[in-house]
Amino acid sequence: MSELKLMKGNEALAEAAIRAGADAYFGYPITPQSEVIEYLMAEKPFDRTGMVVLQAESEIAAINMVYGAAGAGKKVMTSSSSPGISLKQEGISYIAGAELPCVYANVVRGGPGLGTIQPSQADYFQSTKGGGHGDYRQIVLAPASVQEMADFVKDGFELAFKYRIPVLILSDGVIGQMMEKVDLFDPIPRMTDAEIKEKYPWATTGKKSGTARRIITSLDLDSHKMEEHNIKLQAKYKTIAQHETRYELIDCDDAEYIFVAYGSSARIAQKAVKLARAKGIKAGLFRLITLFPFPSKQIHDMCGKGAKGFLAVEMSAGQMVEDVLLAVKGCSKVEHFGRYGGIVHTPEEVLEAMEQKIIGG
Amino acid sequence: MTEELIIAGFGGQGVLSMGKILAYSGIMQDQEVSWMPSYGPEMRGGTANVTVIVSDERISSPILTIFDSAIILNQQSLDKFESGVRPGGVLLYDPNGITRHPERKDINIFQIEAASLAAEMGSTKIFNMIVFGAYLKIKPIVKIENVIRGLKKSLPERYHKLIPLNEDAINMGIKNVKAIHELK
Amino acid sequence: MADITLQDIIKPENMVYTKTELMTDKALSYCPGCGHGTAHRITMEVLEELGMEENTIGVAPVGCSVLAYEFMNIDMQQAAHGRAPAVATGIKRVWPEKIVFTYQGDGDLAAIGTNETIHACNRAENIVIIFINNGIYGMTGGQMAPTTLPGMKSSTSPFGRDVPTMGNPLKITELVAQLPGTYFVTRQAVHKPANVRKAKKAIKKAFENQRDGKSGVSFVEIVSNCNSGWKMTPTDSNVWMEENMFPFYPLGDIKVDGQLV
Repeated sequence: MSELKLMKGNEALAEAAIRAGADAYFGYPITPQSEVIEYLMAEKPFDRTGMVVLQAESEIAAINMVYGAAGAGKKVMTSSSSPGISLKQEGISYIAGAELPCVYANVVRGGPGLGTIQPSQADYFQSTKGGGHGDYRQIVLAPASVQEMADFVKDGFELAFKYRIPVLILSDGVIGQMMEKVDLFDPIPRMTDAEIKEKYPWATTGKKSGTARRIITSLDLDSHKMEEHNIKLQAKYKTIAQHETRYELIDCDDAEYIFVAYGSSARIAQKAVKLARAKGIKAGLFRLITLFPFPSKQIHDMCGKGAKGFLAVEMSAGQMVEDVLLAVKGCSKVEHFGRYGGIVHTPEEVLEAMEQKIIGG
Repeated sequence: MTEELIIAGFGGQGVLSMGKILAYSGIMQDQEVSWMPSYGPEMRGGTANVTVIVSDERISSPILTIFDSAIILNQQSLDKFESGVRPGGVLLYDPNGITRHPERKDINIFQIEAASLAAEMGSTKIFNMIVFGAYLKIKPIVKIENVIRGLKKSLPERYHKLIPLNEDAINMGIKNVKAIHELK
Repeated sequence: MADITLQDIIKPENMVYTKTELMTDKALSYCPGCGHGTAHRITMEVLEELGMEENTIGVAPVGCSVLAYEFMNIDMQQAAHGRAPAVATGIKRVWPEKIVFTYQGDGDLAAIGTNETIHACNRAENIVIIFINNGIYGMTGGQMAPTTLPGMKSSTSPFGRDVPTMGNPLKITELVAQLPGTYFVTRQAVHKPANVRKAKKAIKKAFENQRDGKSGVSFVEIVSNCNSGWKMTPTDSNVWMEENMFPFYPLGDIKVDGQLV
């Protein structure tokens, strides 16, 4: 039975992990996402579902525990915030290379370096263009509400296992720390060991005598084989781009001026749309839900529907805007607006940027 | 209906929990709610504030710079947020410890002497519920019965015996709120 | 003397030795004279003798034994450099009834992976760690390791390890023995038949501990040679090991059944 609760985004993420039937969570505390592991420890998920929760000695250890458990066919998750996510990049590259499924969340704070603990979206490049080494991609889901913090854990696991790929829930300090009403999905039972063995024959669960052994690795010293592996990965990413692109259009039917945003910036831009409409400006919001795959075609198509300009709104010095530019391909004007270093822009300044840079510019 | 509210004061005054109770009460009457705290070093004893939105519609930005109402519980917060109240909006404050009182003439200003009332009632812990009662008298956006239902839902069972005391505190706030400056 | 034909020799009743099924037929990539091959073999023999084949997951490190999964015929995961104890923790925590072990070199376990090693040991993870200590980074071409002896030459200590500037060699095995989370800590060698027998017994004990649910890590160090990295013949390297490595890294049990020896 679904359940209505008032929760922080971080708590919803944690509760959703239990409900999604996760087998394990490995984490390390960092502001502003420590509530995830705090919630899990307090909830005793081992008693509820048998889910393991372990506080690792570092983010590096945590992601490698994820690698091990995922390689053994289990549903496993970790989370952190920006500096901790940087530490996890090695493990994520290995997970992508070894084609393992997992879900992890980044509750982004301002950087670079130790930066600040306040909200930011400055990890867009890291999330969508690699992060770790090598030619890999991961599915990036950008929740804009506490509800989506919960729902995307469930969706994330489905995608992760469907494609054997890491799925990143790219959140930020606003979505992680705020409380909203959340309708929690019905718990999904954890898979039994027998089900795992049957469903995931690639997983290391112990080799039956006389059968081929399972090897989880990202290594091949033969470059030709490694190229083949890369070609296979790229084909997978293309399939994902074809089938898993998600976005939401808000007030876009007659819109001439489009805000493009994700996460908490999308919430702020949505308010800016309201303010714009009150002033008679035909504004709309293109909210990205998947950042990889990026809805390039769908953004480009807005040009044919009367869009006169796009304002990329993000709490960064201009990262997502590069993908918007690539999508628009010159069919319309594109500008960027963003505050950064932990400052959250206001709806008023977002609208003002649209008026000055796009409408008046 | 949309109410965009900031509650600001010291950590430990129950600022965040007051916001939570309002949000829970909103849920009890099927409204959309958001609760966005300032977080970070403030959590450890400095100033604390929380933006609460209760609305009949889907809530856009949970972060605001302009508010329909402000509940102010210390001088720093008054200095910081007085200007953010929408013209015609509401500013409710506890004069305890305030040396520079609100000055705006284009907003409605109310006082609740919650600190001294709480002391009279013998429990400083219900300070925030007295303030909350005062706020609900000015802005009856949630019904008291829904506040009680919200409390029952959000509080662990072992604290349920404290609910009547909280209800008394709310009523104390309702009775004692004073208008300082009201727009016609 | 009666004529013995090849056919006679390979008759099953004349067989005196057979390779365990748990080693693949792939030719080992290790240098001739290196101890890794023997360490692999006795580990796999133990798993076979204990009937653990179907229940075991191994974790290979980065280092010369990065390709251990090519030779060990069981389910294996390859880990990032130094992270094998964390990877093993992940596996063991979600499959507590499985047998999980790591096989790591000194650079992997005692330098880049010190954190993972110490914390897995301190958490009393119920895993086996097999630690091959040859005092050098073999895979990358003979650089100084955390275990390189004072004065010992390597490609990054070409004039010998200078302790004042390069620091001391780390006796990580003695270190982990101090942690309450280790159950069995021992140091062995595989350069002579008698040592091989002892080392195998120690490895067997380690896996039995895990099977029997003894709480904590069973940690088996094998002091080994690296004739290529040490720039010696295999025979000379074994002599050098006895004369130089063993005095610094003395063989024997350090902790048995949770008690320091």
